[in-house]
Amino acid sequence: MSITINHLTHIYNPGTAFEKKALDDVNLQIETGEFIGLIGHTGSGKSTLIQHLNGLILPTQGEILLDGENIHKDKMRLKEVRRRVGLAFQYPEYQLFEMTVYRDVAFGPTNMKLPADQIHENVISALQTVGLGEEVYEQSPFELSGGQKRRAAIAGVLAMNPEILILDEPTAGLDPKGRDEILDAIQNLHEKRKITVILVSHSMEDVARLAERIIVMHRGKVAMTGTPKEIFPRVEELEQMGLAAPQISYVFHQLQERGYDLPADVFTTEEAKEVLLQFLKQVKK
Amino acid sequence: MIRDITIGQYYPVASPIHRLDARVKLAITFIYIVTLFFVDSFIGYFFVMLSLGAVIASSKVPLRFMLRGIKSIMVIIVFTMIINLFTTKGETLLLEIGFLRITWEGVAVALKMSIRLVFLIVGSSVLTLTTTPIHLTDGIESILKPFSKIGVPSHEIAMMMTIALRFIPTLLDETDKIMKAQQARGADFDTGTLKEKAQSLIPILVPLFISAFRRAEELATAMEARCYHGGENRTRMHVVSIGRRDFVAFAVTAVYVCIIFLLRHAAEIVPFWI
Ligand SMILES: Nc1ncnc2c1ncn2[C@@H]1O[C@H](COP(=O)(O)OP(=O)(O)OP(=O)(O)O)[C@@H](O)[C@H]1O
Ligand SMILES: [Mg+2]
Repeated sequence: MSITINHLTHIYNPGTAFEKKALDDVNLQIETGEFIGLIGHTGSGKSTLIQHLNGLILPTQGEILLDGENIHKDKMRLKEVRRRVGLAFQYPEYQLFEMTVYRDVAFGPTNMKLPADQIHENVISALQTVGLGEEVYEQSPFELSGGQKRRAAIAGVLAMNPEILILDEPTAGLDPKGRDEILDAIQNLHEKRKITVILVSHSMEDVARLAERIIVMHRGKVAMTGTPKEIFPRVEELEQMGLAAPQISYVFHQLQERGYDLPADVFTTEEAKEVLLQFLKQVKK
Repeated sequence: MIRDITIGQYYPVASPIHRLDARVKLAITFIYIVTLFFVDSFIGYFFVMLSLGAVIASSKVPLRFMLRGIKSIMVIIVFTMIINLFTTKGETLLLEIGFLRITWEGVAVALKMSIRLVFLIVGSSVLTLTTTPIHLTDGIESILKPFSKIGVPSHEIAMMMTIALRFIPTLLDETDKIMKAQQARGADFDTGTLKEKAQSLIPILVPLFISAFRRAEELATAMEARCYHGGENRTRMHVVSIGRRDFVAFAVTAVYVCIIFLLRHAAEIVPFWI
């Protein structure tokens, strides 16, 4: 399912002293099966933008098209839109409310009025995807650890079987292991089921590693879009917007300045390892 | 949207009214409310309207915000109007339907009562829209201070009010966020039977209560970690002082009160419907 955003502007509390233009004439096209990294400084409008994509907030101006059709054209379709565009909020664990983890994850598909066996199948597969074992299914979600809660909440969105998965900083406040597990689960989903993913993140490393295309927001506008290899070399512009390139690329800059003949476009640690090993081999010879 | 709910919401602009001392504003609002009950003629209400209008204009808060409070008490206003319309004993009959008698006096009383209610609400809105909650509770604390000798816990009352007011917007934001998160999972709050609607509140209320308790606990810990121990020997960060503009405000209020009482006598000379 493709998303088209045309001239989207959003103003919070228009006509009052609290007026705030959070989005300013945003135009974007997101194709089926893409993995998008959405980055931007705090307050740049990322959360506002993604909440438009499943119709949670109404645009002040402009339109959002899913497969060419305006999502607000028909009020009855909005529920369908919300099933197909799954959105996990920042700190999604604060939405947990049911008696058991299983029932909480089943909340979404139940609301979508899916048949019972389909619900069961979705819930189990979502819980497996995020790596929660059977022992927690009947536990209260409030007894879980922070990382487990986060995973249960994300499973609650996955259980609707969305075609587009949007995650607002899914790893904020998690330890490195918890972070890697969630990101791996997302990457797996993207690769196996070919679902479109939009990942909002403050970690340039994660974005460089996972995203196929990066969208940079700045003061409510789209400042840049492109592949990591196109975006991250523009370090100066990024830094002016309060962002940065992945840390490893600064290491490579330093090495180059000290006269080592290394490529300039290395942005992930994996790649850096390969390049350095290769380089060392050559030097030895 | 949920943010539209205003409960004592402050409207941040710079105006002479905003700069007045909170205690002075509290006192003047109190005087205003009391004198409102002494107004008994339409001329009097007209004068109140002019004065209130002048204050609102100089507060620079859009009229829309001032009038917002009326919406929430519309039911009460209509109810008061109907009761007064039918129960006021009067001489000059306007119309009679069955056992219901409506008199000119009834119409006048009904109108006056609802005007009074509207003025009450709008007048108190001026106070809450132009005074930050912190200043307001500080003001209340310092007004209550003399009573602490007879055991009124003035500091504690003010602190509780400050915290409660401080958390209203936070909890509203939180409600908004939780509602959106559940809507993203297909929750529907608008349609369905009454039972379904009541049930649809559970996914909002449970997380909301949990977060309120969590926040309360965090706040208590944070206060204790900074050695908070109540009102005794506490000094203020902002020491407020009454300035010239506060005296001007009092002088204007004094004139206002005099005119209100003069108009009361005017009502004795002219007929009741004026
Ligand atoms: N419900 C709201 N009401 C009023 N203003 C809001 C609301 N939500 C966000 N804003 C404002 O809109 C702007 C954009 O906010 P948004 O949450 O979209 O930023 P963000 O890019 O997600 O930031 P962060 O990285 O901190 O999550 C901010 O200036 C914010 O203060
Ligand atoms: Mg955000």
